[in-house]
Amino acid sequence: MNMLKYIGRRLILMLVVMFGISIITFCISHLVPGDPLAANLGQTAMSDPEIVAAYEAKWGLDQPLHVQYINYMKNLFHGDMGTSIRTKQPVLSDLAQYIPATFEMATIATIFSILFGLLFGLLSAARHNKLPDHILRVFSLMGISIPAFWLSILLLYVFYLRLGVVPGSGRVGSDWLGAKFPTGFLIFDAIAYGEPDLLRDALGHLILPSFVLAASTMGILTRTVRSSMLEVMQQDYLRTAKAKGLSEGRILRCHVLKNGLIPSVTMFGLSYGSLLGGTVLVETIFSYPGVGLYAYKAATTLDFPAIMGTTLFIAAVNVLMNFLVDIIYAVIDPRIRY
Amino acid sequence: MKHSVQKFIRKNPLAAVGIVIWAVFILCAVLAPVIAPYDPAVQDLASRFQAPGSAHWFGTDSFGRDIFSRVIYGAQISIPSGILVVILSCAFGSLYGAVAGYFGKVVDEVLMRIADIILSFPAILLAMALAAALGKSVLNAILAIAVVAWPKYARMMRGLVLTVRESEYVTSERVIGQNRMTILLKTIIPNCMSSVLVLASTDVGTAILTFAGLSFLGMGVSPPTAEWGYMVSDGVAILEYWWISFFPGASIFLVSIGANFIGDAIRDILDPRMKTEV
Repeated sequence: MNMLKYIGRRLILMLVVMFGISIITFCISHLVPGDPLAANLGQTAMSDPEIVAAYEAKWGLDQPLHVQYINYMKNLFHGDMGTSIRTKQPVLSDLAQYIPATFEMATIATIFSILFGLLFGLLSAARHNKLPDHILRVFSLMGISIPAFWLSILLLYVFYLRLGVVPGSGRVGSDWLGAKFPTGFLIFDAIAYGEPDLLRDALGHLILPSFVLAASTMGILTRTVRSSMLEVMQQDYLRTAKAKGLSEGRILRCHVLKNGLIPSVTMFGLSYGSLLGGTVLVETIFSYPGVGLYAYKAATTLDFPAIMGTTLFIAAVNVLMNFLVDIIYAVIDPRIRY
Repeated sequence: MKHSVQKFIRKNPLAAVGIVIWAVFILCAVLAPVIAPYDPAVQDLASRFQAPGSAHWFGTDSFGRDIFSRVIYGAQISIPSGILVVILSCAFGSLYGAVAGYFGKVVDEVLMRIADIILSFPAILLAMALAAALGKSVLNAILAIAVVAWPKYARMMRGLVLTVRESEYVTSERVIGQNRMTILLKTIIPNCMSSVLVLASTDVGTAILTFAGLSFLGMGVSPPTAEWGYMVSDGVAILEYWWISFFPGASIFLVSIGANFIGDAIRDILDPRMKTEV
């Protein structure tokens, strides 16, 4: 019952944050001096006051700000995020088209970063202050410090241009361009409909961008796992476990791992946001048709509805992720009870 | 003196590497007109796309400009920008967090929820939207990043102030009738600064990365300014001329990892809990 109450409170807090997010996104896309008219109507159209007025009326730009916001929220609750000025499509259907691609990339990046972050962190802690620890320390700092866009270019140069072992940019090779996919989740579609070629093609296109996306989270997780493992190893209960003659393996499994991994759960939740943000840079370089590339194009053309829609969506996913992490945290750490 | 330098290098080899990297790049920034062999903006279409060689150490770009000179001049933008982002966000965030923690109750609740909201945006995404809307300029890019970077300082400062607020020396000042604002500014904030500065030192690398990322997306400098992130984007479509992207990107990487090496060591020194030799 206590747990339900805690979850309920977190849910309400999450809604408050979501409301704040919508206000901030709205303010940014409306209060700033950048002129969407100039960006979206050409020079000739700008000089015609009639076209300008018609354009403003069409997008509601002539209404007072608070009216524009209320209208936006009203429409949002009806599942209408407005129409993108750039693509002339509803933002929601644009997003629906791009979400599966970004979801696939972010998921593979998550798997990469958890797998290697754990492995490297444990190795670092186990060989504490020995050579592997020092090497991994430099390695994880490199992951945190390397510019994602530069790493992307280096990897493309080596593995695509020189070695030719991965396909170039985009999401699918030329064989599949223009093909309609049932769910849009290519890996799922390929497996469900028995298309091994599609699976190979899609994974080939995903491996480099996912790795780049994972690099910094991998570095952060390695450091977190290492330091929390080291902290646990110093606890009194570990000395007790050793003193009562438990085997090395049992101590590691039952005491060190269980307690040491708790901070990593939080850290992962916190870095998931930067992983999502990273899609903007990575998708732009790999011309990967996902939400990040869509956000980038919206920002450069001052496409207000699309900027608001994507920022809201990505922030919402991030908030939801942190909510889930909080719940998981409360479940696995019995010391935390609210 | 000599002995203590040797001792420092032996104990913190990575920090020493970081300091050397930063010293080199700061020298480049300051002495750019002396070091750079060419004018960074002068185009020479006859020598476009030249591979690195004796005439052009880092090669030339699609306008025939000397990349080595442009990388040197680029330090004049990237390094001050990163530091300025940290100064702005640290100053604002610490004051904000201190006010929240010191006054507590409703003030705390409202201020920290606002910080939470900013914190829930992926930084580069919000900065990109903001920079795009503000218009393309170095200062706008710096502002946009500072706007998303301050909440972490606010959170940390608030936590510190909550503990310091209850300490005896603060109580004694209150008892002698000292003004609340004076206590906050003169006693509490100075006592919390060291931990905040540790965070700031590790944040410089992140700030430089984010700034370069925004420039890469075309939301920082205007051409023909030599800026590392923007220079990397010059080479994206022409991978075979690898040097166009490689050298400016390597500079971003070096400066950023240098900052992290230094920040890591400062944290180890100031926060004994995080000591590497447990």
